[in-house]
Amino acid sequence: MSGPVHARQSRVVLGDWTRSILSTVAESVVAILLAVVVGGIGITVFSGLLPNHSAFDVGLPFAAYGALWTGAVGSLNGLTSTLAYSTPLILAGLGVGLGFKAGLFNIGGRGQFLMGAVGAMAAVTMMGTHPNSLVVIPLALVVGTLFGTFAGFIPGALKAVSGAHEVVTTIMLNYVFVFATYWAISGPLRLPNSPQSITADVSTRGAALPIILGRDGHAGILLALLAIPLIWFLLYRTTLGFEIRAAGANADAARYAGMKTRQLIVLTMSISGGLCGLAGATTLLGVVHQMAPGYDTTIGFDAITVALLGRSNPIGVALAGLLLGGMRAGAQTMQIQVGVPPELVDALQAIILVFLVINLLRRWLPTRTGFESVALVPEGAK
Amino acid sequence: MSGIASGLDAIPIIGLLFQFGGYVLANLPVMSQTTVAVAVPITLAALCGVLCERSGVVNIGLEGIMLTAAFVGWFVGAMAASTFGPGSPAPFFGVTAPLLLGLAAALVAGMAVSLLHAWMSISLRVDQIISGTIVNIGAAGITGYLYSLLASQSLTGAGQFAQFQVPKSVADVPLVGWLIYAVFNQGPIGILTIGLVIVFQVMLFRSRWGLRTRASGEHPRAAETVGIDVIKLRYRNVVLSGALAALGGAWLSMEQTNRFDANMTAGRGFIGLAAMIVGRWTPLGSFGAALLFASMSALSISLTIAPPSGDLGNLMSGVPGEFWEALPYIVTIVVLAGLIGRSIAPAADGQPYERESAS
Repeated sequence: MSGPVHARQSRVVLGDWTRSILSTVAESVVAILLAVVVGGIGITVFSGLLPNHSAFDVGLPFAAYGALWTGAVGSLNGLTSTLAYSTPLILAGLGVGLGFKAGLFNIGGRGQFLMGAVGAMAAVTMMGTHPNSLVVIPLALVVGTLFGTFAGFIPGALKAVSGAHEVVTTIMLNYVFVFATYWAISGPLRLPNSPQSITADVSTRGAALPIILGRDGHAGILLALLAIPLIWFLLYRTTLGFEIRAAGANADAARYAGMKTRQLIVLTMSISGGLCGLAGATTLLGVVHQMAPGYDTTIGFDAITVALLGRSNPIGVALAGLLLGGMRAGAQTMQIQVGVPPELVDALQAIILVFLVINLLRRWLPTRTGFESVALVPEGAK
Repeated sequence: MSGIASGLDAIPIIGLLFQFGGYVLANLPVMSQTTVAVAVPITLAALCGVLCERSGVVNIGLEGIMLTAAFVGWFVGAMAASTFGPGSPAPFFGVTAPLLLGLAAALVAGMAVSLLHAWMSISLRVDQIISGTIVNIGAAGITGYLYSLLASQSLTGAGQFAQFQVPKSVADVPLVGWLIYAVFNQGPIGILTIGLVIVFQVMLFRSRWGLRTRASGEHPRAAETVGIDVIKLRYRNVVLSGALAALGGAWLSMEQTNRFDANMTAGRGFIGLAAMIVGRWTPLGSFGAALLFASMSALSISLTIAPPSGDLGNLMSGVPGEFWEALPYIVTIVVLAGLIGRSIAPAADGQPYERESAS
């Protein structure tokens, strides 16, 4: 995909590493800016559909993006809200990104997230009505992570044993876990003596994550903050991480080098699922507190966006997660103040990805500039 | 019959299986018309998947194509109806001019989304899973955005296609009457779907186009050496098959209902993908799998409204309804893992094709 021949001829001033980082950042920023422009055009075109708005209101995108920005970073509450929204995105993004590094597509973030929430809720339910917070919170997080790990282990094991493609199995498992979650909410996790099928509120069981910052900055943010260096260390400073990256770069070469690629698949998918499960557990304990019928999430696709935009690098994933989390946090303000629906964020997400895969800079910049960005996902995976 | 069944109760599992079979035979014909209807969008999505993947392009964007088509069909139909008036329905299928306009717009929209997928995955050689994911995210986001905007407008759709009414004398024919009723007591898209399945089954395995499609999905380089333009063929298949998934979307918003809801496809594109796999990448097999999946949800409804009696009833009341909903996906995983009759994808499925001279 990249042009290694041209790039090699032009390496004069900058080192490989710097060039690659600068190119990747430039590529991402250009994609984001173009998406903002296209999104703005979209807002203008359809502004006539908003109540009390004229058609083709050129001012509306500016008002909408302004409100989005204020809502995301304009106040302490906005900032903590951004962090709270970013937490599951970063955790699940790290998980999906870890899979990408090994050449595995984990599209099962949705199911693993839900299993994480179910696991955490199960732990809270089992601990009874008056547990010790210092016991129940870590226990719920661990059980949620384990549930997610198991949800990731299944497609990993299926691929290792029978070669069933993880893309299809994770998609199918998403629905299995969605229905399992519905069943759990109306069955074993249902609050006794409650008229609707709804689970207990974790804050009444002493299991809500404490608020450490502003209005909704829960302690789960620290977990995401902790996971970033941990996954970085795992990827770039351990044997396992080296093997994961080797398998992603060239699965055949990794196998010939004596790496146990099947075990690697199972292990990577399990860790990936565990991170998505942790995202589900922290969201339940820190934000949602209670599971109602139809409990669901869009984290599966969001985490893929975050991992792609962050090029599966933990630091990149953190930045992409903050961007998307900020957009999600600001979208609420945008809807209240300007009336533009929050689904704009989903549309923007897709447009960003389209511009990323088109990669205009690589197409337009002359080769002598040595533009060489990191590929969206490692190639050569099998 | 009851004598045999009660005698078999001595052997518990076999007896239960017999009871279950009897229950299915007694109750499913009642649900068969609904079963065929539920299978229609799944079959159309699966057909789209078959045509794409047989030519070598993985399409997990089926859900997005259907959702876009469902929205555009409903929206254009509604706009046409409010601008030119609803028009008087034709004697067949309740066809009106706004409905036809909406259907045409839905097909065009589906093909446009497919073109985006084709361009990204064939020309840009983006990983086809990523490309399909982008289609899904974008379709959910853009239709969700426009639907939220329209929520305050109280826009009503252009109505819906009507079902063909099978005469009661035909439906009452013993043994086959219920089958004719189930298959033909459908709207135009439903009946068309069954025709499309047969046409594509024959075309894929008996026509020149079918041979070329399968060749470029199994071994594109070999196909190119005998003069097949693999890239053009893949483009054509992906774009045109988008109309099939779009038909499934139009069924949702213009035949089953006369409205659009955010994310109204609710996973039907993905279950279509599952039907394609279980049906081993053939049109007829996909239709069979779609019917099987649809009958599972029919069974779950039947079990709640007319629960079986005796041991079977006790056993079935312990099975949550969600289990039956999840069963199609479990079956797909089992088939994919090769536990029951392996299902194998076309050899070059998902691999971008690059001409040797192009590099």
